[in-house]
Amino acid sequence: MLKQVEGSRALAEAIALCRPEVVCAYPITPQTHIVEGLGEMVRSGELAGCEFINVESEFAALSVAIGASAAGARSYTATASQGILFMAEAVYNAAGLGLPIVMTIANRAIGAPINIWNDQSDSMALRDAGWIQLYAETNQEAVDLHIQAFRLAEALSCPVMVCVDGFILTHAYERVDIPTRAQVDAYLPPFEPVQVLDCDDPVSIGAMVGPEAFFEVRYLQHHKQLRALELIPDLAREFERVFGRKSGGLIRSYRCEDAETIVVSLGSVLGTVKEVVDDMRAAGADIGAVSICSFRPFPLAELRAALKDAKRVVVLEKCLAVGVGGIVSSSVRKALSGLPLAGYTVIAGLGGRPITQRSLQEVFERAFRDELEQLTFLDLNWDIVNRELARGRGQRRSGPTAENILRDLGRATPVEAT
Amino acid sequence: MKLQPVKFYQKQTFTVGNRLVAGHARAVQANMRRTNSLNSGHRACQGCGEALGARYAIDAAMQATGNRVIAVNATGCLEVFSTPYPETSWQIPWIHSLFGNAAAVASGVAAALRVKGRKGDRVIAQGGDGGTMDIGFGCLSGMFERNDDVLYICYDNEAYMNTGVQRSSATPAAAHTATTPAARGRSGNVFGTGKNLPLIAMAHEIPYVATASIANLRDLEVKVMYAMSLRGARYIHISVPCPLGWGSLPADTIKLARLAVESGLFPLFEAENGEITGRYQLRHRVPVTEYLKLQKRYAHLFGDTPDLRTIGEIQAIADRNIRRFGLAA
Repeated sequence: MLKQVEGSRALAEAIALCRPEVVCAYPITPQTHIVEGLGEMVRSGELAGCEFINVESEFAALSVAIGASAAGARSYTATASQGILFMAEAVYNAAGLGLPIVMTIANRAIGAPINIWNDQSDSMALRDAGWIQLYAETNQEAVDLHIQAFRLAEALSCPVMVCVDGFILTHAYERVDIPTRAQVDAYLPPFEPVQVLDCDDPVSIGAMVGPEAFFEVRYLQHHKQLRALELIPDLAREFERVFGRKSGGLIRSYRCEDAETIVVSLGSVLGTVKEVVDDMRAAGADIGAVSICSFRPFPLAELRAALKDAKRVVVLEKCLAVGVGGIVSSSVRKALSGLPLAGYTVIAGLGGRPITQRSLQEVFERAFRDELEQLTFLDLNWDIVNRELARGRGQRRSGPTAENILRDLGRATPVEAT
Repeated sequence: MKLQPVKFYQKQTFTVGNRLVAGHARAVQANMRRTNSLNSGHRACQGCGEALGARYAIDAAMQATGNRVIAVNATGCLEVFSTPYPETSWQIPWIHSLFGNAAAVASGVAAALRVKGRKGDRVIAQGGDGGTMDIGFGCLSGMFERNDDVLYICYDNEAYMNTGVQRSSATPAAAHTATTPAARGRSGNVFGTGKNLPLIAMAHEIPYVATASIANLRDLEVKVMYAMSLRGARYIHISVPCPLGWGSLPADTIKLARLAVESGLFPLFEAENGEITGRYQLRHRVPVTEYLKLQKRYAHLFGDTPDLRTIGEIQAIADRNIRRFGLAA
């Protein structure tokens, strides 16, 4: 049913249709509205057969989900930012135990300095924890990916994160087609665990494993992700048959035919990128875009096939591997190894800095002329950076960086006397 | 459920002799149909108090529930010695996740059992003092305040033994550990530190809190069985001496547990909904020196010139416990 709805509400309704049996809730912006919605539906009886548990931390949220999943219940939680870092130990543990938990990440920056706005540093920090990571471009896709995520997680007995840009998607009101219960039931069968804590058939889960077998257990996690590379496109095709629209898959190309320059990105920024591609195509530029939906597993072969005929690739990413540069671009580069392609990394939107069409177009035009630096920081205010660097050179006790910068910005905007 | 037939390794002990008393008074461990939940062959040290405590506690819970117990284990000695790959000593469904989350994982299991309508199946979480009182404290308090249907059992051996005897918040005053060394006139762990978790559990006003000791195994069994007759959050704190960490003879484990109780250093009591309902009164009181002198972790208090001042301070702790919990017979 088509609805004009807040992203988080749409997600709550979609997750409820997936019949989760245990939902663990701990508040952290910008994820909170999702679990609030689920809590409301459990209270009203709209979501029956579900235990909604208010826990005392994100670490507990995922730990409760681990216990519930191991005891055979379909389990869900959501978090963001500091929350996923606080539960990091349990994130690895859920994957190592092979428990098919689904978790929404409402992507948000990581402190310090504390910041509640969107970038993708949080989910990227846990990219190698053994979870499948799917990134949504729109709220419609976020809804659809959650339905696919439960199916995928349970098929492989592997946890799945669905990454949804905080605020940009979670708090945006837009048109979303919420599926019917019959559609979701047709697509998502009841949870049949591969391992369960059962008094009639006791097993030990989470035993200590030494050098003689740890390696094999870890390899088998990798093998699951390789199977996911095949399963994700299959599930997307089946999804299209049942729900009548394309959603998910490994990657998607946009106007890449004969494109000399291809922009690679993930998440909601694709909307802005597509606008820029349209404008530049209209002006005669050969540019296209590729969005990565599945970042783990990383679709090396598919991406290589999509990019191999281009002359240059610009990877636009909302995260920074401090001390190196791009996180997404290092995986993209692996997909392109041996190809004579120029590759550029553009770091953008950290801590919610707006990514504008004008700035993107300017950067892409510099890439066309091959004048772009290997690593570019989009719309970074160099005045502020240089002033703080100078302060540090001038005195040993230069003070806290964030506060210095805020003072500088405050002085730059004179306050009128009343 | 297939159970391995019980073999009585401890012939001519009280355990077997107990079978001669009337049925209702018999210990769970004297029952031929006991489950041996934690089976023999595990790798605990000689004289391990925790292995003994866990076996009695879980077998009693199995007896109380008709063999419907799921165990969640924190990281620690019990987890490591009971499940070295590819072997497991557990004959019950058992899960280990992390060091600090056993209570939360157990909450999740309890939620799943509720939502799946598995009313007869029960969950027990267990961990050592480090996993319970330090790193797992947040999850434990959360499980308590939500009154989740979990019995949490803490096997308290008063330090991080699995990692080589470092101080925990359960380490008693003056005890030598790897991180509170008794050296150059410094007397081990500092007085006035640490916490009393049974009292903290009581402050959550949960249905049942008890302390127990492997020196009184029948009492331990009775407390576990009573705890399993209740629903909601329950907590049992068991004193389990550790020969390795305490520097004591394996043969002295139960003796030490008994002296801890009889000196007043480890009071045995029960509480329901935040109020004390029962206490084990000391018919035979012993001075703390009887308990201390058997352990190398207190060796610095004795020797040629005994540290009478420190011993006096420990005796004062025991005397206060006896007053506070009404242990004088």
